Amino acid sequence: MERPIRVLVAKPGLDGHDRGAKVIARALRDAGMEVIYTGLRQTPEQIVATSIQEDVDVVAMSILSGAHNHLFPSVVKLLNKEGIEDILVIGGGVIPEDDIPSLKEAGIAEIFTPGTPTTETIRYIKENVKR
Amino acid sequence: MELDKRILNGDKRACARLITMVENNEKEGIDIVKKIYKHSGNAHVIGITGPPGGGKSTLTDKLAKELRKRGKKVGIIAVDPTSPFSGGSILGDRIRMQDLATDPGVFIRSMGTRGNLGGLSKSTQSAIKILDVYGADYIFVETVGVGQSEVDIVKTVDTVVMIMVPGLGDDIQAIKAGVMEIGDVFAVNKSDLDGADKTALELEMMLDMGFKDDKKPKVLKVSSSKNEGVSTLLDEVISHMDYMVDTDKLQKRREENAKVEILNLVEEEIMQMVLGKTKTGQLLDEISKKTALRKTNPYDGKDIIVKSIKE
Ligand SMILES: Nc1nc2c(ncn2[C@@H]2O[C@H](COP(=O)(O)OP(=O)(O)O)[C@@H](O)[C@H]2O)c(=O)[nH]1
Ligand SMILES: [Mg+2]
Repeated sequence: MERPIRVLVAKPGLDGHDRGAKVIARALRDAGMEVIYTGLRQTPEQIVATSIQEDVDVVAMSILSGAHNHLFPSVVKLLNKEGIEDILVIGGGVIPEDDIPSLKEAGIAEIFTPGTPTTETIRYIKENVKR
Repeated sequence: MELDKRILNGDKRACARLITMVENNEKEGIDIVKKIYKHSGNAHVIGITGPPGGGKSTLTDKLAKELRKRGKKVGIIAVDPTSPFSGGSILGDRIRMQDLATDPGVFIRSMGTRGNLGGLSKSTQSAIKILDVYGADYIFVETVGVGQSEVDIVKTVDTVVMIMVPGLGDDIQAIKAGVMEIGDVFAVNKSDLDGADKTALELEMMLDMGFKDDKKPKVLKVSSSKNEGVSTLLDEVISHMDYMVDTDKLQKRREENAKVEILNLVEEEIMQMVLGKTKTGQLLDEISKKTALRKTNPYDGKDIIVKSIKE
């Protein structure tokens, strides 16, 4: 059996529920991935510390509350500060089209907006994991 | 620096990467475990088992925090089931341990069972040794929690904490087979709910009827979510270790554990021989065909396979 891809599904920010994150977590599991799920209200520091200990291939973050322009890039910055370059960072949630270019510039590899089929996210992860 | 040196220096990333390599059965990783093995054996390894939803993760979180107050370094391995259909899993124990994530003195690793039965994964043993060498003074191993088949934990750790919750009622009777024998310390969690006294009493009565050792396991009431009784429970867990050291039982227990670990590896290799694309594997296919056609039988078939392995 080939090794399963390990994904941290994280919810940074102050969102009050995590239905969307749970849907994606289940979809990734059903696609044969090992999903580490950490619950609501994660700080960028917690997300990075968890990525290190769990040695994940992917960090998938989801935000509904609108703090993505701050929180997504700070996770990438903290990862880089740790010298970590082999983790694929992707984001999802309610994110205006206009914000996407700058997020990509900040190192978020891809952004999945509401309505993206989970199959698309799965395909993207499988094709883009860095190791 | 090489991975083994980095782990000996307490490097979290190195530690995490080696666990991954072992989980993926990479020869390079296993070679490093062989190299560092002699440095392990210093940590007190504690199993946390009990029914799903019983509060294993919440209690582990609180015990870890108590140990941090006492200045100790903690490793946590939390095992959740892998789906036999997709091979994937959702590992959710960290939800209850959120504020341990950034504590420099804590390392938490979630593991899927990856097809292993018995409540742990095949690489749990090695992950424990890696965390030990990394410098954890205490290592918690949280099992899947499916009741009956949790016996592997005894053969993996130094002390088993068996969690029960009030309101299981008659269920205690039902699950006691194979459960009463494996606990070194019993924790009645959720003692903030009704019925904790009754559950504790029932447990005591069952333990009175017979226990495996000359040290009768203690039954302690705790409330993990309210953080009550946790410190006393921890003292009892540590005192179980002291008892084993004083009575030379630790060496014996670790010997037994090593034996099981070696036998598991032997079994795995033999199964690979029989099921893989080897001469024996081909022979198995042929004999199975003949058995189905009633030209031979499973018993003679077994003799032929065993003979082939020995060759
Ligand atoms: N009332 C009460 N609930 C608790 C206690 N400990 C844990 N819980 C709750 O029980 C549920 C399951 O806990 P968890 O630690 O995930 O259990 P596990 O599946 O055994 O790891 C959670 O909702 C916890 O908040 C406790 O001492 N009292
Ligand atoms: Mg749990």
